[in-house]
Amino acid sequence: MSALLEIERLEVGFGGRTSAVRGASLTVERGETHCLVGESGCGKSVTALAIMNLLARGGHRTAQRLTFQDEDLLKLDDRGMARLRGNAMAMIFQEPMTSLNPAYTIGSQMTEVMRRHKKVSQRVATDRAADLLGRVGITAPGLRLGQFPHQLSGGLRQRVMIAMALMCEPQLLIADEPTTALDVTVQAQILRLLAQLQRDLGLGLLLITHDLGIVARIAHRVSVMYAGEVVESAATAQLFADPKHPYTQGLLRCVPVPGKQRQDEPLGSIPGTVPRIGPGFEGCGFRDRCSFADATCAHTVPHQTAAPGHDYLCRLAP
Amino acid sequence: MTATTTLPAIELKSVGKTFRVSGGILGKDRHVVAVDGVSFAVAPGGVLGVVGESGCGKSTLARLILGLLTPDSGDIAVEGQRIVDMDRKARARLIQPVFQDPFSSLNPLTRVRDIVAMPLQAQGTFSRAEIAKRVDEMLERVGLPGEMGNRLPAELSGGQRQRVAIARALVLRPRIVVCDEPTSALDVSVQAQILNLLAELRRDLGLTYLFISHNLAVVEHVASEVAVMYLGRIVEKRPTQALFHQPEHPYTQALLASVLTPEPGLGVPDVGLGDVMPDPANIPPGCRFHPRCPVAEPRCSTQMPPLRPRPGGGVECLLAS
Ligand SMILES: Nc1ncnc2c1ncn2[C@@H]1O[C@H](COP(=O)(O)OP(=O)(O)OP(=O)(O)O)[C@@H](O)[C@H]1O
Ligand SMILES: Nc1ncnc2c1ncn2[C@@H]1O[C@H](COP(=O)(O)OP(=O)(O)O)[C@@H](O)[C@H]1O
Ligand code: SF4
Ligand code: SF4
Ligand SMILES: [Mg+2]
Ligand SMILES: [Mg+2]
Repeated sequence: MSALLEIERLEVGFGGRTSAVRGASLTVERGETHCLVGESGCGKSVTALAIMNLLARGGHRTAQRLTFQDEDLLKLDDRGMARLRGNAMAMIFQEPMTSLNPAYTIGSQMTEVMRRHKKVSQRVATDRAADLLGRVGITAPGLRLGQFPHQLSGGLRQRVMIAMALMCEPQLLIADEPTTALDVTVQAQILRLLAQLQRDLGLGLLLITHDLGIVARIAHRVSVMYAGEVVESAATAQLFADPKHPYTQGLLRCVPVPGKQRQDEPLGSIPGTVPRIGPGFEGCGFRDRCSFADATCAHTVPHQTAAPGHDYLCRLAP
Repeated sequence: MTATTTLPAIELKSVGKTFRVSGGILGKDRHVVAVDGVSFAVAPGGVLGVVGESGCGKSTLARLILGLLTPDSGDIAVEGQRIVDMDRKARARLIQPVFQDPFSSLNPLTRVRDIVAMPLQAQGTFSRAEIAKRVDEMLERVGLPGEMGNRLPAELSGGQRQRVAIARALVLRPRIVVCDEPTSALDVSVQAQILNLLAELRRDLGLTYLFISHNLAVVEHVASEVAVMYLGRIVEKRPTQALFHQPEHPYTQALLASVLTPEPGLGVPDVGLGDVMPDPANIPPGCRFHPRCPVAEPRCSTQMPPLRPRPGGGVECLLAS
């Protein structure tokens, strides 16, 4: 059986000027938490939006393969995508207020999603909504159903978003920085919840984040993105123990770890900044920041395999 | 001078600040308690880290110390001088801010060189040649040499903009810098560059920092002592090592437990806080943490915990001995 979600050589451009995603490949297996990690602007959100066919105007996607449960998403028309979205594949965004309508109660928004996709009564939908609010750790779900989004705290809204995404029992959940706007204590609660639901429901979870701490704690597999490309992909323990790409290695050195750091020593850092990349760019996107760069890095860089399931994009030998 | 006779760089005594927020047409006005009975002292050359959740009063504390807000009660002194008694120019020579958002804190129409020159010009005592020389030195010092000075903020990355903000803060050679989430808007690789720069500048220039962050790992790396804020109060303050190794307050423990270090296989811990959110317009009686405290006792909802002194600080919890 093929994977739940398969992406091969995804390209996304905006108006012929920016190449936001450049040949990114990744797969999400059933029951797997796959983290897509990378710095601001590297193309994580655009990848998610391209999968859901929700790119902003002017955005254009192409791919060698883009399938969900073996269905070719590139061939689906708008109606076909609308049938999947919020149903078999659901998405959670960083800022819940962008996807909650301030004019409707939590209850009506949650039941509407379900009634759009499934032939169920209002009663059944309301029961499911209350049940899911309870499951995501919200006390007094009955009361919450009647409230409006602005009456809830950020952490509660994000729980509501998760519950809403689960209304139609999706196979795939894409969560784009679902906890970045939250306090660390609330973040820990929400992530714990996501990990638990993922296990209990056997979801495929594509979790987008820039936080390596989150990746380490909940991912089964990690893909590291840099300047529009997936530069390394491996099982989580493998990636943290034996990163191959110089960018991944640098990134891991930058993260301050409580109890592990000497105060009088500087943190590891990666000099320079992410380059702006347009169409026609060639070679390794990391080369002006890489201490291993040589002349060959300005030309096409090979995909290499360090171990089964551990791939990276760099000229350096494993 | 010995440590005991040195004036603290920053000293707060029972400082309080409450905001009145209009309740709209029907609602009653609400009183938001942002800072409540805060006292501490920071020794010259020290770095006090301040941590706590969003809305707990960290930025209000920063603005009070900078003299941008007036406290309702208590006293704030910087190098022995009451901040409210100082005129703006004198204050600017002594204490300077670096704020979180490098995108909104710089005028988009002003070139980098002129942004950094502004505090010198405002003093009215520096010649043009002297200003030019100091600005060049400062830009070089923060890693923005040469033509970078001629750019506009929009032509810089987030990290470079934060370097401009640091240059602007240091160009008057102040003694104290208040950093309010200076790296929160930045990516980790750039955050590391900026933290290293701040550490180097502090060492070389003998600065004192008040360093606000919600990122405990960052605070551990830069601070010599740490204050944990909860709903306007400092509930625990200790030297950094002690706080990170033997946190005493249940809230400090929960905060530390929430830090997801990049260690695969550990999973996400249960921090045991439930879904009640703190509301600064509605401070609970007794210990203000009791609605979320996993080890609260009945007396915690009526009795206000006293400060239990500890070396270099103290803890406010009824269970602390
Ligand atoms: N000018 C103001 N008028 C009314 N309320 C205010 C004002 N400034 C701050 N507050 C309120 O005071 C409380 C403390 O705010 P403050 O900005 O100090 O929090 P913080 O700890 O810096 O939070 P964050 O981590 O989100 O930056 C909050 O409830 C805030 O909404
Ligand atoms: N609507 C758009 N129009 C033009 N460029 C865009 C648009 N959305 C994103 N981009 C660009 O695509 C790149 C990747 O963005 P994004 O996927 O949002 O990054 P992140 O990894 O932070 O989620 C960035 O250079 C961004 O500026
Ligand atoms: S391909 Fe070259 S520049 Fe790119 S990461 Fe590898 S060594 Fe560095
Ligand atoms: S005083 Fe009581 S409620 Fe407050 S922190 Fe201590 S144990 Fe918890
Ligand atoms: Mg994004
Ligand atoms: Mg703040």
